[in-house]
Amino acid sequence: MLLQEAAGAAHPLSGTLAEWIWLVPALPFLGFVVNGLLSLVPATHLGPADPSAAGHEHGQAGHEDRGAHDDHHHVTRHRNAGIVSLVGPAVLGLAFALTAAIFIGMLGAHAEAPFVRTLFPWIVTGDLTLNAALQVDQLSIVMTMVVTGVGFLIHVFSVGYMQDDPGYPRYFAYLNLFVFFMLVLVLGASYPVMFVGWEGVGLCSYLLIGFWFTDKANADAGKKAFVMNRIGDFGFLVAMFLLFANLGTLDFAAVSGRAAELGEGGAVITAIGLFFFLGCAGKSAQIPLYTWLPDAMAGPTPVSALIHAATMVTAGVYLVARSAAIFSLTPVASLTVALVGAITALFAATIGLKQWDIKKVLAYSTVSQLGYMFIGVGVGAYSAGVFHLVTHAFFKALLFLGSGSVIFAMHRAFHHTGSHADAQDMRNMGGLRRFMPWTFGLMWIATLAIAGIPPLSGFFSKDEILASVFARTSHSTLAEASWAGIPGSALLMLIYVLGLAAALLTAVYMTRMMLYTFHGPNRSGDAERSHLAEAPWIMTIPLAVLGVLSATGGLINLPAFLGAPAQKLHHWLEPVTGAASMHITHGEEAHLALGTEMALIALAVAIAVAGMAYAYARLKPAALVPKDQSPAAHGIERVLEHKYYVDEIYDRTIVRPVVALSRRVLWRGMDTGLIDGLFVNGSAYFMRSLGWMGARLQSGQVGTYAWVLVIGVLAVLGAFSLS
Amino acid sequence: MRLLALAGFAQVEAGRTLDLSDPASLSFAIMPELVLCAGAMVMLLVAAWRPEGAAHSRRVALGSMVVALLSLVAVLFMQWQGHAAGPGPIAVDGFRWSSDVVFLLATVIAIGLSMDYNTREGINAPESHVLVLLATVGMMVMAGARDLMVLFLGIETMSVAVYVLVGMNRRSARSAEGALKYFLLGAFSTAFLLYGIALVFGATGSTNLSVIGGRIGALSMGDSPMLLVGIALLLVGFAFKLAAAPFHMWAPDVYEGAPTPITAYMAAAVKAAAFAAFLRVFIEAFGHLYESWHAAMWWLAALTMFAGNLIALQQRNLKRMLAYSSIGHTGFLLVAATAATSQVAGAFLFYLLAYTLATMGAFAVIIALGTGEHPRERVEDYHGLWTEKPGIAIAMAVFMLAMLGFPVFGGMGFFAKWYVLQAALDAAAPQFRLAIMLVLATTISAGYYLYVVMVMFMKPRPEQATPLPVVGVMSRAVIYAAVVVLLAFGVFPDPVVRWSRNGTELRPAMPPAAALPVPLGR
Repeated sequence: MLLQEAAGAAHPLSGTLAEWIWLVPALPFLGFVVNGLLSLVPATHLGPADPSAAGHEHGQAGHEDRGAHDDHHHVTRHRNAGIVSLVGPAVLGLAFALTAAIFIGMLGAHAEAPFVRTLFPWIVTGDLTLNAALQVDQLSIVMTMVVTGVGFLIHVFSVGYMQDDPGYPRYFAYLNLFVFFMLVLVLGASYPVMFVGWEGVGLCSYLLIGFWFTDKANADAGKKAFVMNRIGDFGFLVAMFLLFANLGTLDFAAVSGRAAELGEGGAVITAIGLFFFLGCAGKSAQIPLYTWLPDAMAGPTPVSALIHAATMVTAGVYLVARSAAIFSLTPVASLTVALVGAITALFAATIGLKQWDIKKVLAYSTVSQLGYMFIGVGVGAYSAGVFHLVTHAFFKALLFLGSGSVIFAMHRAFHHTGSHADAQDMRNMGGLRRFMPWTFGLMWIATLAIAGIPPLSGFFSKDEILASVFARTSHSTLAEASWAGIPGSALLMLIYVLGLAAALLTAVYMTRMMLYTFHGPNRSGDAERSHLAEAPWIMTIPLAVLGVLSATGGLINLPAFLGAPAQKLHHWLEPVTGAASMHITHGEEAHLALGTEMALIALAVAIAVAGMAYAYARLKPAALVPKDQSPAAHGIERVLEHKYYVDEIYDRTIVRPVVALSRRVLWRGMDTGLIDGLFVNGSAYFMRSLGWMGARLQSGQVGTYAWVLVIGVLAVLGAFSLS
Repeated sequence: MRLLALAGFAQVEAGRTLDLSDPASLSFAIMPELVLCAGAMVMLLVAAWRPEGAAHSRRVALGSMVVALLSLVAVLFMQWQGHAAGPGPIAVDGFRWSSDVVFLLATVIAIGLSMDYNTREGINAPESHVLVLLATVGMMVMAGARDLMVLFLGIETMSVAVYVLVGMNRRSARSAEGALKYFLLGAFSTAFLLYGIALVFGATGSTNLSVIGGRIGALSMGDSPMLLVGIALLLVGFAFKLAAAPFHMWAPDVYEGAPTPITAYMAAAVKAAAFAAFLRVFIEAFGHLYESWHAAMWWLAALTMFAGNLIALQQRNLKRMLAYSSIGHTGFLLVAATAATSQVAGAFLFYLLAYTLATMGAFAVIIALGTGEHPRERVEDYHGLWTEKPGIAIAMAVFMLAMLGFPVFGGMGFFAKWYVLQAALDAAAPQFRLAIMLVLATTISAGYYLYVVMVMFMKPRPEQATPLPVVGVMSRAVIYAAVVVLLAFGVFPDPVVRWSRNGTELRPAMPPAAALPVPLGR
């Protein structure tokens, strides 16, 4: 303890606001406690401000048949809604303010080593000493800013979106708890602390996906996410065990410093990297564990924005960046990360082409963009991956919240007329730009950003990733390695092409979504049309802020050829990931010739523009009919609409055989037959008969007891004389 | 952090070696005992002042709790001061203070539970609370005794008080029967203990543990039959107080017959005191003769674990089940004692705290749910408890899981078993076979602990079941406080680990400087 304090004294951040870093997660936790207690107050009453509170024509029955879909709350307002609306977002706002202050303090500090704030010893046993410690460094502070900043905006949006839900305080309690765990995840100073956050966000994700748990489909979606994540967590745990067994430490600082002891490119370090990536694949929805994310859209839309787009699902990317020292020493694991990312990016993008549910389009888009981030961190461009993580948090949160606004408006309109139509299906929308001009404009900004149109944020981050891949096709440890017999350079080229193809499809499906939602004629029905309107200001203002961020987010890491203020994020992250990045590129910055770089940018922009133009030319929103009149799709469209039948394949090949196996062999055979029958009942019978004999001796007669005592004395004396 | 460091600094400043031949220092060294003793005398007079009555009884109980808490403050003060003592009849060390904390905690809980229980059963005996205090005085003397005669004094002070307490319920035949059995067999075993002391004295010429240890080490008396028989008889005497098989026969009858709060007190505190004295005697005085007593203790541990847990499987009366389960726990603690390293005392104190909380909590639940005409001691009475009293059912589940040693939901129970296992395996002579047996016996114990949990949550409440009483204030406080402490330190055991490591200074007495120390457990 004293040693650590002495070491801390030398750190430029000690004694500054960074000492208060524990307050950042503590604030959302406080919010969780307050809102959690308030949620225990059951009484609700009709919301006076809700336009539909009076003359509510259709009953609950109308809502139930809408199955897995969003927003079928009863119009009731919780008694404590006022306090909750204040506490929920305020704790996040304060946490963000504190984080920003710490960040400003760091700007001038030039801290080369991470600042570790040890709170208390957590587990001390044998060789393992774990401290509950938080780590402030350039990477964790960026993540914390994103989590608290974007989180704050989404909390504000939720105030409007969820105000008439009877579970309003419970919702905010879960949301605050989620942010708490997410902050533990990004601020933890060791893998086990991170794992606590990792599991915690999984729990909150489960609770929030199944927030309207009275619908079986929602509860099932929650369970699916939970189970899929367990597979990933298994990988995380094994990786941790391997690390501990080989290095004897789990602190980030120590692991980064000593990763080289594991032997570059060796089997152990590759296994550690691959098992960590299995954890990432679960948390960040990569092939083959991605299917839970689209189902997770069963939760409230702000939850999708916060957890399933901006923060939690990016934890896998953060883990790889955090473990950069390990991944940079194992080209095989790194290439695997990049390749899986690239395949996922393309695969998910193709599914996004034929989805009708607006949130499903965004869900597959998220899977695809996460693939992009993994390409970045996989090829050792850790800062590029984190850059895309940040910009994606901006524009994807905006898209989700915008879709939330749209759904909110559609739902309110259907509510008024008692229609049972699907408020999330794009075939029921169309022409919304006239009714929701703000949402329309802001979502277009996000769409252009994600498609990669300059000078919006997504253009810069996506270009940075693709350029990094291209730069590493020669003169890097990855290019010289071989992956399952394929030369690394060829694989990187393939990854680059897959990335370009995914970019093209991204432009297509995003334009399609915008066209069908906002352009063309309105298909929601004549009666409903008059009730369509922009969402309240408390929902629109966060959208506007995110719009500004989506447009200008690229400024934090402009490409190098633009001159002096360029690559700010890249240089900022250098103390954390710089060495690992450099190791992959043989100790020099990966630079492309200016001409090559310009050509690559031109190609990327051309592809984005082509995709949008193609979508605009081919898709005719006017030809669409509402969902219930639509003909069934066929051929490849049908396959895409059914998401390549992956869920069905998993069901047939894994779920059902496992269920059958566990039912027939494990349950009937092993459990009831062998274990229950022989071991449990048999051994219980055996033990009971032994016990029975003992109990017979317990006759209640003092004489017997005295005799047993004397025999015992003789036995003890005998034992002494034998020894 | 800084405050703690300051406190540590003050501790170093304050810690000095007390000269026990000086009467003032000696009185200072036994201050907590004196506080408790004097308080008990005053309360005895208060109890006799007025005619018996429920209200008066409660007043005396509250007064006794205050006295016990005062003594606890004195103990904590002494622990904070961190004095040591020179040669003398009383030990002044962390092990003693930490053990005292457990005894006093159990005392406060037992008196609290007695308040509810005596009111319900119509036992208007204010002196019963004072007797608990006097028994605790005996225990504290036992934990501190560094002389076999002082130890004997402590044991008898405790035992006589407890004999009376067991028979406190004058209207119950079982209570009287239990008291008489306990007294008869207790007297029988005391004879062994005393004879053992006499033989040890005869062989070594001293009753002081340090002197005995030093002489055994210096003179290598390992083959003196007189000494060995003495040690064997001491072991028997302790084994009786600990209720280790085959000297456990009295325990179930006595535990069942005694008033339930007294049962809880016996299962926790009496056992803890016997263990504390036992560990001190066998490590400090006989540590060098590990090879001689190891085999006997090994067999006692193995037999006790299995006898306790196996017979507990048979029981359908919860009090009896807990009595046998406590015998099983004695076996687990004997495993740690068999390892006989300085780690043992730490593991032992941690285990003791967890076990005290869980056992007393479980007995508190029995007290809380029983009434005069429906004692609710059978397992059937707990069917479907979840539907009637969910809070109590959850608490009972936590206590059962804690005794089982289940992680997280069993709170400290898991770490308690873990540290005992660790102590057994890290010893100079690792106890692999005992560790395996411990795990097996724990598995057997799941058969009855989980059964209780199962019936509470999964069986329906019988239709003809009489309504449950309102839970008394004291019982409720004890139950929930125990749950909170168990769970909190189950997630975050570090403070308790630090506290229990106070006991690690327990080690074999070194022979006079000239002689070479004999390594432990070669």
